Amino acid sequence: MQLTVWTYEGPPHVGAMRVATGMRGLHYVLHAPQGDTYADLLFTMIERRTERPPVTYTTFQARDLGSDTAELFKSACAGAYERFKPQALLVGASCTAELIQDDPGGLAHALGLPIPVVPVELPSYQKKENWGASETFYQLVRNLAGPHALPPGAERIPRADGVRPRCNLLGPTALGFRHRDDIREITGLLGQMGIDVHVVAPMGATPEDLARLGEADFNVVLYPETALQAAQWLQRSYRQPFTRVVPIGVGATRDFIREVAGLAGVDATALLEASISRMPWYARSVDSNYLTGKRVFVFGDATHVIAAARIARDELGFTVVGLGTYAREFAREVREAAKEHGVEALISDDYLDIEARIIELQPELVLGTQMERHVAKRLGIACAVISSPIHVQDFPARYAPQMGFEGANVIFDTWVHPLMMGLEEHLLTMFREDFEFNDSAGRSHLGRHLDVVPDAAPLPMADVAEPVAAEPAQSASTDAIPAKLVWARDAEAELNKIPFFVRGKARRNTERFATDKGVNPITVETLYDAKAHFGR
Amino acid sequence: MNAPVPTSRPAADHDGLPQRDNENCGPHAVLRDRGQREVFCGLTGIVWLHRKIQDAFFLVIGSRTCAHLLQSAAGVMIFAEPRFATAVIDERDLAGLADVHDELDRVVGRLLERRPDIRMLFLVGSCPSEVIKLDLSRAAARLSGLHAPDVRILAYSGSGIETTFTQGEDACLAALVPGLPAAEAAPAPHSLMVVGALADVVEDQMRRMLVAFGIPNVQFLPPRRSRDLPSVGPGTLYLLAQPFLTDTARALEERGAQRIAAPFPLGVEGTTLWLNAAAEAFGVSPERFREVTMPGRNRATQALERYRTELAGKRISFFPDSQLEVPLARFLAREVGMVPVEIGSPYLHRQHLKEELELLPTGPLLSEGADVDRQLDRCREDRPDIVVCGLGLANPLESEGMTTKWSIELLFTPIQGYEQAADLAELFARPLIRRTKLVA
Ligand code: SF4
Ligand code: SF4
Repeated sequence: MQLTVWTYEGPPHVGAMRVATGMRGLHYVLHAPQGDTYADLLFTMIERRTERPPVTYTTFQARDLGSDTAELFKSACAGAYERFKPQALLVGASCTAELIQDDPGGLAHALGLPIPVVPVELPSYQKKENWGASETFYQLVRNLAGPHALPPGAERIPRADGVRPRCNLLGPTALGFRHRDDIREITGLLGQMGIDVHVVAPMGATPEDLARLGEADFNVVLYPETALQAAQWLQRSYRQPFTRVVPIGVGATRDFIREVAGLAGVDATALLEASISRMPWYARSVDSNYLTGKRVFVFGDATHVIAAARIARDELGFTVVGLGTYAREFAREVREAAKEHGVEALISDDYLDIEARIIELQPELVLGTQMERHVAKRLGIACAVISSPIHVQDFPARYAPQMGFEGANVIFDTWVHPLMMGLEEHLLTMFREDFEFNDSAGRSHLGRHLDVVPDAAPLPMADVAEPVAAEPAQSASTDAIPAKLVWARDAEAELNKIPFFVRGKARRNTERFATDKGVNPITVETLYDAKAHFGR
Repeated sequence: MNAPVPTSRPAADHDGLPQRDNENCGPHAVLRDRGQREVFCGLTGIVWLHRKIQDAFFLVIGSRTCAHLLQSAAGVMIFAEPRFATAVIDERDLAGLADVHDELDRVVGRLLERRPDIRMLFLVGSCPSEVIKLDLSRAAARLSGLHAPDVRILAYSGSGIETTFTQGEDACLAALVPGLPAAEAAPAPHSLMVVGALADVVEDQMRRMLVAFGIPNVQFLPPRRSRDLPSVGPGTLYLLAQPFLTDTARALEERGAQRIAAPFPLGVEGTTLWLNAAAEAFGVSPERFREVTMPGRNRATQALERYRTELAGKRISFFPDSQLEVPLARFLAREVGMVPVEIGSPYLHRQHLKEELELLPTGPLLSEGADVDRQLDRCREDRPDIVVCGLGLANPLESEGMTTKWSIELLFTPIQGYEQAADLAELFARPLIRRTKLVA
């Protein structure tokens, strides 16, 4: 039994819904109680979808238990087929139906419907949303494309001369972070390389499209979280190679172009030489000097975290002070990336752990999910969202991909925007007692609504933290800072003259310095000694 | 159930009370349908109950789905530390590798240690906990033994196999009733209990008026703090502020309380009849009643006027959601002239809704526990001017060119009483006005 308040991932059947809702011509019959229909609103409200998810819930009640829940499931399948006339039916159980063991697959098959029926078993008490999406997509691909697979030992017939290479784009789903725009960006990029996109799946594909997946020359795996398992199966069954590089960031996009060029047998030199993204120049312009060494903390799904850490360090000159993921399935990859950045990966889906780590590390920028946005906002730290789970504001009206060269431009803007601009930062430092031009007045380009919480910052100290949220935070930070450390009044006042966006760091450094030197209480002298010791 | 206290409400206008137009009202035929129900489960009530009872904590014993539902229903994830959480049952619990009761003790112990401010803890059952027959009442009794007197521990079920949306509040309040202090023996009627969670601002307004009537001992269930539980006993009269409190009413009557039958306090008329039912039960003079209520009634009537212009003649349909549908339709039909087309409700409590149904004009189709796809078919055929529905249906209907009002807002917004009557009408006017403003 695990105590949970906010979760990064829903149950695995919500992952199945993301796949089904992204597709066309597929209907999902879910054996579930009425309350589980809440999941519809994720799609209609957060993503503003104009259609209901293609899901029929059996909505069995207590009085049906032990009598006719199986019958109810069959009539729901028959009814859904009649009403929606799908090309294929996906069937499964939610957590409650899993306990009553009605065998949705067997029941649906017994109906003898004239369409393929694909059962998915999603163990709700072990697995979560992303796993559910991956498993569902894999089962759909295996069931629908399986009948046309190459016989064992057979090789693919090589592409005829003069025929443009074709690939599938695998992984995008409903409710995905910028999936809609990434598809367009990558399709355009591949087009520039003379490569056609055969099928995009699950997003936009029909069951018939899935049956044709094997016709493409290779697969582009955009989101391994959803598509890796299916791509591996396609490789075994159709000898279709697939891409490993996820094109987020300028460097990764160039690597991706090289990888794809190899798989497709095309020459991409011209494309690699053209500098299409503005990000490299923006990052080199003198204005960006102030970005140097900004301390960032990165958290989210594995794909976006690994990509974001690379961009932060190599393309913006930040320092990655911590990174992690809630996706245990990809813990190994994230640990490797962390090692490369010289930090220890945080693998956890308990948001309190992540909050504690942020409080402990005092980053200047948090790149995270919806959850970290809230944590950062409360702590007064700048933040940008880089990964699911996301909210309605992460489905912008404008074109805003994360992938490819335009994606890199978008990333530059969204990450740099919350940070203080260079000159403004200096002015604040110089005139920090100006009654209007000070940090609590907020950053002018962000508008007044922004929660600038100057003094909420920082607080490794026990007494300031909120009663519950802080428990792990306390234990995490008390290792480093003895709770009895006190600040002299004038030192505290001096600290408050430091702009809020570096105040947390200054407090933390000073306290560490004081602890190391055995100084207590902290005076103005200690503050400046620490400043000299650590440098900016 | 005991017979409600007879209140002699004459059909003729009695000291300025709204008149009932019996010719065009009730009885109504009801369509009952089975099929997919597109409704929340009772866990959702936690989203407002945990704000209402300020020292209570709601611990759901359920699955990841339950946790996700609460998170999604809480919408814009209110990131203030909420007073609810889910103890997620995992494989080890199911396989018997861990004793579920030991696990629960551990989780509760840890929780209470972290939240010393909590005085009342609800163990909330879910579908999974019901299906594996986890006895939470027993667990609550055992845990109470461990944590009394600091924390009172109670159990109820908000599971989707047993409760629909607002029924979760019913189950929660019903669980409170056996533990209410006994009222001292006194000549009846000696106290009034208003039952059903109301926004604090509404509660205060109601309290001011009821006290001004001279009613002794006006109490509210649920209270804002768990130490302020109302007392109950023979001689306690109770007045339902919400239409979905079947089990709570039954439990109160088992403690000897008697229901004052009344429509619900939505709109000027509903509020007046509701207050008047209480006034009559306590023998308040008509003069006193007028004096106390007239300022509010006049203000509200006037404020409603402008929405009447916006809303009169507009056709409205309701998808089943909160059980507030009948009182809402009654208000909209009688006070702002809207025309109900279909009134879907998850459950129609014939007795608690008796006064409402008598006021409701005949004409609309009443449906109980509908099949969502078939109701959508009817809705597309009817093409009402506005549809009241859940969040899963709103955008899809809007994209089909229909105007919608999210029903959940009606639970999260103060809508009862005189001062809120116009706000309530505005909730329906806004989407309609908006549609006329958007020309692009
Ligand atoms: S319907 Fe049942 S399983 Fe689903 S969220 Fe509600 S209580 Fe949990
Ligand atoms: S808007 Fe604010 S941050 Fe941006 S340049 Fe002007 S002063 Fe600086």
